[in-house]
Amino acid sequence: MKFTKTVKLAFESIMSNKLRSFLTMLGIIIGVGAVIILVSIMDGVTGQVTDAFENFGMNNITVSITSRGSTRYVEPEDMYKIIDENPELFTYCTPNITLNATVKSNISSENERSTVTGIDETYDKINQLTTEQGRFLQFIDVDKMLKVCVIGTYYEQTFFERGKALGETIKINGEPFTIVGVLEEKADSSENSSDQCIYIPYTIASKMSWNSSIGSYTVTMADANNLETAKSVLQKELTEILGSSDFYKIIATQEILDELNSIIGTMKAALVCIAGISLLVGGIGIMNIMLVTVTERTREIGIRKSLGAKKKNILTQFVVEAATVSGVGGILGIVFGAVVSIIAGKLLDITIIPSFFAVALAFSVSVAIGIIFGYLPAKNAANLNPIDALRFE
Amino acid sequence: MDKKPLVEFENIYKIYKMGDSEVRALDGVSFSVFEGEFVVIIGQSGSGKSTCMNIIGCLDVPTEGTYLLKGTDVSKLTDDEQAEIRNKTLGFIFQQYNLLPKLNILDNVKLPLMYKGLKESEQNERAMEALERVGIADKYHHKPSQLSGGQQQRASIARALAGSPSVILADEPTGALDSKTSAEVIEFLITLNSQGNTIILITHDNSIAARAKRVIRIYDGKITYDGPPSNDAIIRSTVLTQKEATV
Ligand SMILES: Nc1ncnc2c1ncn2[C@@H]1O[C@H](COP(=O)(O)OP(=O)(O)OP(=O)(O)O)[C@@H](O)[C@H]1O
Ligand SMILES: [Mg+2]
Repeated sequence: MKFTKTVKLAFESIMSNKLRSFLTMLGIIIGVGAVIILVSIMDGVTGQVTDAFENFGMNNITVSITSRGSTRYVEPEDMYKIIDENPELFTYCTPNITLNATVKSNISSENERSTVTGIDETYDKINQLTTEQGRFLQFIDVDKMLKVCVIGTYYEQTFFERGKALGETIKINGEPFTIVGVLEEKADSSENSSDQCIYIPYTIASKMSWNSSIGSYTVTMADANNLETAKSVLQKELTEILGSSDFYKIIATQEILDELNSIIGTMKAALVCIAGISLLVGGIGIMNIMLVTVTERTREIGIRKSLGAKKKNILTQFVVEAATVSGVGGILGIVFGAVVSIIAGKLLDITIIPSFFAVALAFSVSVAIGIIFGYLPAKNAANLNPIDALRFE
Repeated sequence: MDKKPLVEFENIYKIYKMGDSEVRALDGVSFSVFEGEFVVIIGQSGSGKSTCMNIIGCLDVPTEGTYLLKGTDVSKLTDDEQAEIRNKTLGFIFQQYNLLPKLNILDNVKLPLMYKGLKESEQNERAMEALERVGIADKYHHKPSQLSGGQQQRASIARALAGSPSVILADEPTGALDSKTSAEVIEFLITLNSQGNTIILITHDNSIAARAKRVIRIYDGKITYDGPPSNDAIIRSTVLTQKEATV
């Protein structure tokens, strides 16, 4: 009860000199605001990166063949064999061929430059794609090299009307392809989103590409925990086929994500350190103003002591006052930081998740700063000699 | 008297060293004050009255000598123990009232009760009681700056009374008041004394000294008179003051 009263008194003292209190708090406001902004934006970026990777499939391993043009190749059959022989490690495998092609629909004259991906019928399972209309590519399409394709909602909406694309034809580098399926919307159907995609059988793609060899395969692991074993099996087999481990690269999605997360984590730590310095400066500002306050209120301290205030009463009063100033500064900083992060999130098109942890931490740190930096001035006040304090003018 | 004295000064010195010279604000003072007394301390400006009062009030410490308050040697107490004595045993009335300007009258009067650690409800009750005794209970929610000097001094008296101290110390409580208001304040202190409160009062006003039971006169840090306020003492004091002035 006495404590709430002390806090109330501290509030009155803040309100009685608004400009000065605000300037005192400014360091804390900026410091806390910076921490909140940085943490939320970094969290948003991390979230976006993670989401992007989840689209790729976290169990996936990409095998890139770099020996193209040499005498040895890795044929799809070689890869399928490795997968079939290790069912405890691998579930699916698809070749990947990317074509940069001009794409055009049969009902409009507009051309689009686009990436067309040649894959096999397991690709939808590997990358967790769902077909919304029609069907995905099938074994027979790949085997018989049929000119069929599956498109994302971006093309459905750009070339046709929603729901009207099935059975229509698009021309890829002049070759007509029948649309047999439309994928479920993954992003927002906009350009450059994951909805801008066209999939065709890799057998056709390989024929259409300037270089008919297949440069990359995506393999799905049965269990992500067996990453090391899976990699070593792939290494062994591929080295055997290609003659050297220099002719291919194996990269697991997981590893890239881990690496990115660790880079982001380091950046976050560095930025928070910088924000921490401004909190420190804010703390020194509070100490400075509290020292001034103690001098200004020497007489008040003398009066309180003459009425029986003990050292701890005076100490508590001034420490609570400093903590209240910095706590209020912290709250203002949190509000400021949250507003700026939300605006920044809108501008940068990132989903900003308000981090409860960052808010709680920022608030506790600012109160702690008040206590730490308020302690010395409060101690000075508590140690004043009653008669000297009373006589002070 | 077989009673133990409340306040007991034994050969108290207070010496301020200012570079080479030294000021003997109190130069070997000894006296005792018993419960229920009304003691008036007089003496010319700079004679050491306030210094004496501050030592009685445990606000200051003597350079030499022993001060026993209720039989306890104050110099042997820690700062916090002295604070507790100020809170429980002493009530101060200052010339400049010394109310906290940001608190209202009620909160000001509650301060000593708060430091006693009483419950909020009891603090309110006792503070209002004290304000009623000095007759400004209706002004309890006013800030000190909204009151007249006399009302502020009443509030500070209420604050001194609220903790029911054994001794009330008043250093020129009427110094800033007009003669009518100061007469009221003195009348009130006399009433308090008749109700059993021990009062030690510093004043320059001989008419007030004349109404005390006992007058202590200090000159240059020494006690030159201690006894009943016979006309003699007062007149002598005035005469002496003139003499002193020429010395
Ligand atoms: N802190 C101090 N430092 C040095 N000298 C002091 C100090 N306080 C008081 N004195 C000196 O001690 C002497 C006594 O002062 P004191 O305040 O007790 O006088 P007083 O009798 O109360 O006078 P007045 O009637 O004017 O209030 C004075 O000469 C004063 O200058
Ligand atoms: Mg004085």
